[in-house]
Amino acid sequence: MQRMWTFIHKLGSPPWFFAFSGTLVRWLLPVTVLLLALGACWGLLVAPPDFRQGNSYRIIYIHVPAAVVALAGYYVMAIAGAISLIWRIKMADVAMRAAAPVGAVLTGIALVTGAIWGKPTWGAWWVWDARITSMLILFFLYLGVVALFEAYENKAAAAKACAVLTLVGTVNIPIIYKSVDWWYSLHQPASLKFTGESAIDASMLYPLLVMIAAFYLLFAVSVLLYMRAELVWQHRNASWLRQRLGTS
Amino acid sequence: MYFESLAAAWHMEGHGGYVWLAYALTATALVLMVWLPLARHRRHLRWIAADQRRQVADSP
Repeated sequence: MQRMWTFIHKLGSPPWFFAFSGTLVRWLLPVTVLLLALGACWGLLVAPPDFRQGNSYRIIYIHVPAAVVALAGYYVMAIAGAISLIWRIKMADVAMRAAAPVGAVLTGIALVTGAIWGKPTWGAWWVWDARITSMLILFFLYLGVVALFEAYENKAAAAKACAVLTLVGTVNIPIIYKSVDWWYSLHQPASLKFTGESAIDASMLYPLLVMIAAFYLLFAVSVLLYMRAELVWQHRNASWLRQRLGTS
Repeated sequence: MYFESLAAAWHMEGHGGYVWLAYALTATALVLMVWLPLARHRRHLRWIAADQRRQVADSP
């Protein structure tokens, strides 16, 4: 327990975090690329086709992981936003803003691949169904955090406004989860369940789990890289950074 | 492998266009997720290096 608290305290220290995240990314990135390649080949070429949808269902191996991690990423952003508001920990603010562009890209992938999947399956690129509309709102929330920060001249006020927007936006998360149950819609309900039997065969489930793991790792790598870029800028005049870079 | 040939995997019984387009767009986006923060990082490092040179030039 003591060691865990020491670790959490260290995370708040920019020099320590910069060194730690550098090592972490160097290990995580190759693992991520490997898992992505494995999962994509498995899902595209090895898994059997769906008996009703045929081969178009293979989009599931990128659509579902992107959507799952886009939602999980919002929790990361909201928790970081709450920490930065309550305890004024600067690293939490850096993490919150790093998660926004990454989450936006993932939500964008989920929306675009969903549209491409919708065309052969539903006969339409886009429908204003509850699940899709609430995902579109998630996309705008992510973009809103990026835009709001840029709109302020005073960056301390900007960070606070972004944290508030993030927390208000969490209302949308349970709506996204429950949308397929609350409203009768075209979008199919979840096939994966944490408890009980998943409604999907093992031959299709395993490549999906590999891709979900890969997308989680990629989210972590991307957020860490954005945080490092931001730390370099915030500490551009700090001696620890200049020493690390070997320029002073 | 489920498909009998690469041509069959490309065609996917008529769904190939949709599936491969979705994967190509996703691959591009995933590369950007790593490349954009790295580009920003490099831009900041270049600024620091230029700042260092300015300081050396200004000092008597």
